[in-house]
Amino acid sequence: MRQRRTPFGLLAAPMAWLVVAYLGALVAIFATAFFTTDPFTNKVVTTFTTENFSGLFTSTYLRIIGRTLLIAALVTILCMVIAVPFAYFMARVAPRRLRGVLVAAVLVPLWASYLVKAYAWRAMLQPEGVLDSVFGGTPGYGTVAVVLTLTYLWLPYMILPVYSGFERLPEAHLEASADLGGSTATTFRRIVLPSLTPAIVAGSVFTFSLSLGDYIAVQIVGGKLQVLGTAVRQNIVLDLPFAAALGTASVVIMVVYLTLAGRTGALDNL
Amino acid sequence: MRTSTKLGAMFACATLALTACGSDSGSDKKGPGGFAVPDLKPLDKLGAGEGEVSVLAWPGYVEDGSNDPKVDWVSDFETESGCKVTVKTFGTSDEAVQLMRTGQYDVVSASGDATLRMIAAGDVEPINTDLVTNYKDIFDSLKDQKWNSVDGQMYGVPHGRGANLLMYNKQKVTPAPDSWSVVFDDASKYAGKITAYDSPIYIADAANYLMATKPELKIKDPYALDEKQLAAAVDLLKKQSQNVGEYWSDYLKEVQAFKNGSIVAGTTWQVIANVAQSEKAPVDSVLPKEGSTGWSDTWMLGAKSKHKTCGYKLIDHLVSPKTNAAIAEYFGEAPANRLACKETSDPNHCATYHAEDEDYFSQVRFWNTPIEDCLDGRTDVKCTNYAEWTKKWSEIRG
Repeated sequence: MRQRRTPFGLLAAPMAWLVVAYLGALVAIFATAFFTTDPFTNKVVTTFTTENFSGLFTSTYLRIIGRTLLIAALVTILCMVIAVPFAYFMARVAPRRLRGVLVAAVLVPLWASYLVKAYAWRAMLQPEGVLDSVFGGTPGYGTVAVVLTLTYLWLPYMILPVYSGFERLPEAHLEASADLGGSTATTFRRIVLPSLTPAIVAGSVFTFSLSLGDYIAVQIVGGKLQVLGTAVRQNIVLDLPFAAALGTASVVIMVVYLTLAGRTGALDNL
Repeated sequence: MRTSTKLGAMFACATLALTACGSDSGSDKKGPGGFAVPDLKPLDKLGAGEGEVSVLAWPGYVEDGSNDPKVDWVSDFETESGCKVTVKTFGTSDEAVQLMRTGQYDVVSASGDATLRMIAAGDVEPINTDLVTNYKDIFDSLKDQKWNSVDGQMYGVPHGRGANLLMYNKQKVTPAPDSWSVVFDDASKYAGKITAYDSPIYIADAANYLMATKPELKIKDPYALDEKQLAAAVDLLKKQSQNVGEYWSDYLKEVQAFKNGSIVAGTTWQVIANVAQSEKAPVDSVLPKEGSTGWSDTWMLGAKSKHKTCGYKLIDHLVSPKTNAAIAEYFGEAPANRLACKETSDPNHCATYHAEDEDYFSQVRFWNTPIEDCLDGRTDVKCTNYAEWTKKWSEIRG
């Protein structure tokens, strides 16, 4: 029998791209974070300093990081709360023909530009906008507006994995639980939830990381709100090394999140 | 193992690249404040046009008809000179400095807080004023100033100047304000509906207000603040921040916020007030009694530009009487070319904007880069530099 050989030739291009463009950029960011800037011209000066990292632990930036984590967590929870019943309806209740329509309905917003959707929310949230005239009030531009907008933007990324999670759940397991006298609540708690957890965690990786890094929607509907993304955006112009340190902070947060998510086994199914 | 070698090489590359752009070579001249100036030579003579030129400009300075078909002073130039013009606009001087550093732009409209930073970094080169036919008609008071020249060598061609104004919603803000207090001490009246300019240079606006309201701080120049004076300005801005709805640097965003009513008062440029009014927003603008910060802009040429002949031609065109008048009227500022005053469609434009009134402009504090050597001449204290302003601005925004 011929030995199977790894096709190095074919892999060279994608591997080079991964190493040079992707890891290379991360390394450059991390390296830059140890430099400083000329106070007059704002040019990067290659003098080694750890000041940028200690700067992250000042009250201003701890508050910004905390606020960003809170927003990402709220968006993720809201997406879960909406996605689980919706995906259940799609996978288990809706008749076959409606199912396709619903999947399309979830996917269609992804075809529209992110900016168009964010500006649509800006218009809806303005004084005398749609929210104001329908519900008699608007939260205005700020944290609430950002959470609403991001939840809307990232919802499909939560619904799709949860939907396929429901589809994979064998009907027989539910029937067995019912036959053995399990109530609906018990079935949900002991059968549905455990087999759905990896799907939810996989969805949360998207909603959490996308919310953590977002700065455009925040600029559009966030008012004066400052989050990690907008802080990076602001410092990139004036203090690139510090912006790099902030960028490193969000990479660290995501590595921690992915490690925790990996433990649940959610990433095996991606 | 292989991977780690590769990563090591990458790290070295990244470091080298940054070192290369971080170090200046051959600096034998000193600018104001003692910064080193790279030794660059101006062009001797113009060559053949290179066919294209890219401009970095404040919004409203280089209009090619794409925003409003009636507002176009680029198309004719393109046909005449054979230089195709591409425009990129920026919202703050900090953005301009950063974009110019990429070396992708040939010409830039730089305000006084950007010019010296670009000169010191070697991003722009000296100008041979003999190659600019309209240079002789520029007001003398704008030539050889500390923000556009070093040791008597001009680094650009003056374009125009003006003051930052207070814009307000006529229906919501009554009586009509005549003081910056509406966005500072009395801002709580319009809590959540105040706007401010999103750049550390806005600290100077607070300092300018404190010059009038807190004389005991002895601020003489809003760009020369010692520790104590800076702290007072930062305090004022932190209080203001509680009432701010949005900060702006994108002028279209400010227009929209005033239009939809989410913002009712804040700092602006005349061109923004004009655009907002043309879009039926109920706004007006005023130069408050405390005076204001402002700008005096200069067209500069990128040192790495490969389209210098087209660059010179474009600069010459932009400061020619007709075009300079058109820009000054569209943007709402005083033109730099004295002959432009005869070309404006409103015969009183130059009078309204005080084009020749040096006393008026002595009350406008042109944007400048704060440095450690106090710009107001004090030698007994160290002033705060722009890097410190930047850190404080993050605190205010945080």
